[in-house]
Amino acid sequence: MLVTLLIDVVRSLVFLVGVLTGFAYVTLLERRLLARFQLRIGPDRVGPLGLLQPLADGIKLIFKENFMPAGADPIVYQTAPLISAVAALFVYAVIPLAPPIHLFGREIPLYVADVNVAILLVLGASSVGVYGIILGGWSSNNKYAILGGLRSSAQVISYELTLGLAVLGVVLVANSLRLTDIVRAQSHVWFIVQQPLAFVLFMIAAFAETNRAPFDLPESEQELIAGFQTEYGGFKFAMFYLAEYIGIITMGALVTTLFLGGWQGPWLPPIVWFLIKVFAVVCFFILVRATLPRLRYDQLMHLGWKVLIPLGIVNLAATAALIVWRGAPCRRGGTGVIGHGGNSE
Amino acid sequence: MTVVATTETLTLNMGPQHPSTHGVLRLVLELEGEVVRKCTPVMGYLHTGIEKEMETRTYHQNVTLVDRIEYLANYNEEMAFYQSVERLFGLEPPPRARYIRVLMCEMNRIASHLMYLGAGAMDLNVSSVFLYCLQDREKFLDLSEMVSGQRMMPGYFRVGGVADDLPEGFVAASRVWLDEMAGRIDEYDRLLTDNLIWRERLEGVALLSAEDAIALGGTGPVLRGSGIAHDLRKVLPYGGYEEFDFDVPVERGCDAFARYRVRMEEMRQARRIALQALDRLPDGPVIVADRKVALPPRAELARSMEAVIHQFKLVSEGMHPPAGETYVATESPRGEKGYFVVSDGSNRPVRVHVRAPSFYNLQTLPAMVEGRPLADVVVAVASIDIVLGDVDR
Repeated sequence: MLVTLLIDVVRSLVFLVGVLTGFAYVTLLERRLLARFQLRIGPDRVGPLGLLQPLADGIKLIFKENFMPAGADPIVYQTAPLISAVAALFVYAVIPLAPPIHLFGREIPLYVADVNVAILLVLGASSVGVYGIILGGWSSNNKYAILGGLRSSAQVISYELTLGLAVLGVVLVANSLRLTDIVRAQSHVWFIVQQPLAFVLFMIAAFAETNRAPFDLPESEQELIAGFQTEYGGFKFAMFYLAEYIGIITMGALVTTLFLGGWQGPWLPPIVWFLIKVFAVVCFFILVRATLPRLRYDQLMHLGWKVLIPLGIVNLAATAALIVWRGAPCRRGGTGVIGHGGNSE
Repeated sequence: MTVVATTETLTLNMGPQHPSTHGVLRLVLELEGEVVRKCTPVMGYLHTGIEKEMETRTYHQNVTLVDRIEYLANYNEEMAFYQSVERLFGLEPPPRARYIRVLMCEMNRIASHLMYLGAGAMDLNVSSVFLYCLQDREKFLDLSEMVSGQRMMPGYFRVGGVADDLPEGFVAASRVWLDEMAGRIDEYDRLLTDNLIWRERLEGVALLSAEDAIALGGTGPVLRGSGIAHDLRKVLPYGGYEEFDFDVPVERGCDAFARYRVRMEEMRQARRIALQALDRLPDGPVIVADRKVALPPRAELARSMEAVIHQFKLVSEGMHPPAGETYVATESPRGEKGYFVVSDGSNRPVRVHVRAPSFYNLQTLPAMVEGRPLADVVVAVASIDIVLGDVDR
């Protein structure tokens, strides 16, 4: 009992530290890669190859004055970044990195919790994160911030739907909401092949969901200074920053899990495959940021409601029809909770 | 129960410290949701009193001030100032000087439009294009340094010519840059013109009808983007432009995209003019021989007492144009740039007024953005391509 508890604690800690380190280095990766794309060098002064730059940034932000603008709602203002950061971190409780490993005669699963509705939890948590943005924008007593917050609420409502519809296609094929099952269902062919439209929809919605270019309207620097985080500084700003970048890693992990076969791949150990795939997706996010202009607010809504959602529904209907027509492949798991083999016939 | 509909607008001060007002411009926006109901540009934050200051300086000293007005197009600015001063004197610079001036002005036009393109792209969050453009502009600044010793604020032109002949290797170096630019302009064209989001953001945005453009005094690409082929280099040729072969790009879109297309094509045309100037660069002196206006050559000072006197008079007192007033309109990268100079025969102008294209073009901004979303304001400001030094002076 105690050992199980200990293992759980250690596992959670490893995840937390891993994700935070990942966050720190994704910020560095983004700065270095962007610099490369833009004929610059990027930060390379702190430590070898600039590897200590995130540490320097973090220390700087922690030691900054804990500032609050006049007229701000103190409780909401302080809580908002927490909501974003916690929601962003929470997702990692259910994302599987690799199949269970055997250590000291025990089977240790490489996820914190294997929930049978994991994918719903992930989507739910990322929606909660938006509360941080809206409340932060609203409580700052700043016009730019509230515009950013308002944009964000509209954006997330629109794109959450697309995200959900894209995921549903995958869930139908895998016949499970459990992420480990979804990964195992891709042992023969990745879902990017079976569900290409869902993949594209998911990627587009993922950009919107993480407030990344070309959908970074809530914090569009050129119009709204910094949008919802205009009045945030120091560590509270760092938490928003953390939420954003962890969001990117999360989306990378989700795309990997749902469409790119998760930890599966030849030769290399599963965990390495998983990290490589996430890394590739994150790099893609950064490349897109360096390339594309930003959409306008109404164009974003137009794209979301008139293009992506209809496409998502069509994709879902077509997938469902196909599965029914082929005679419901995965019934062997009963309720779909313990389903294991995937749909390969 | 009666429902009373009330509307409340949000007054947003965009600027003077704002990332995309291209300087210290302040826009007072009345927003209804995200839609701009009223836009009032407030300026003067960069007012330095250059026009008044010029009254206390000699004509030669004034070039230092002039450079700081439209600081992205220094050579064009000097060109405009000296066109007026030279008309006061009734002088015509020698052919080589004319060609050098046209060459520098057109290369500067490319650099200035590169800045527009980069900043305009940056406003839509394509920061990569901004850096690419700056890199290209950097090479022009190097050329400027070669020719005048300064990257910006060169002070290279003189009354009746230019300060010095082109340095060794300059012609070859400019050719290299101009050759490179041909490919680069096409590259930006491919990168942006065919980009769906770029077109969505620019097409039909910041509309300005031809009538409005004329009524509000818009010139340059703002006017040509509204379908009016008005280019002072063609309409009222100055400084030797009549000797060059080029087209005036006109777009009928009346929107930000039309202005973008006009500037892209203008870069190509400017390159064409600059190459012609390089090809046909005549030999000869680079400044007039009139000793009342131009400094005597250095070598003469050792031999001729008269040269020493001229040198002393010019340096200590400056030149004295005949009494009178002139205005010569030139085509700067932003539109009609002209200096109204009044002389009373002394060594300082009595009054100088600058017809600044950015100032007049800024007037068109409210017409472009009222009734449009907030995000379009940024596009509109970028499409006007204002230089705040030019607006406020």
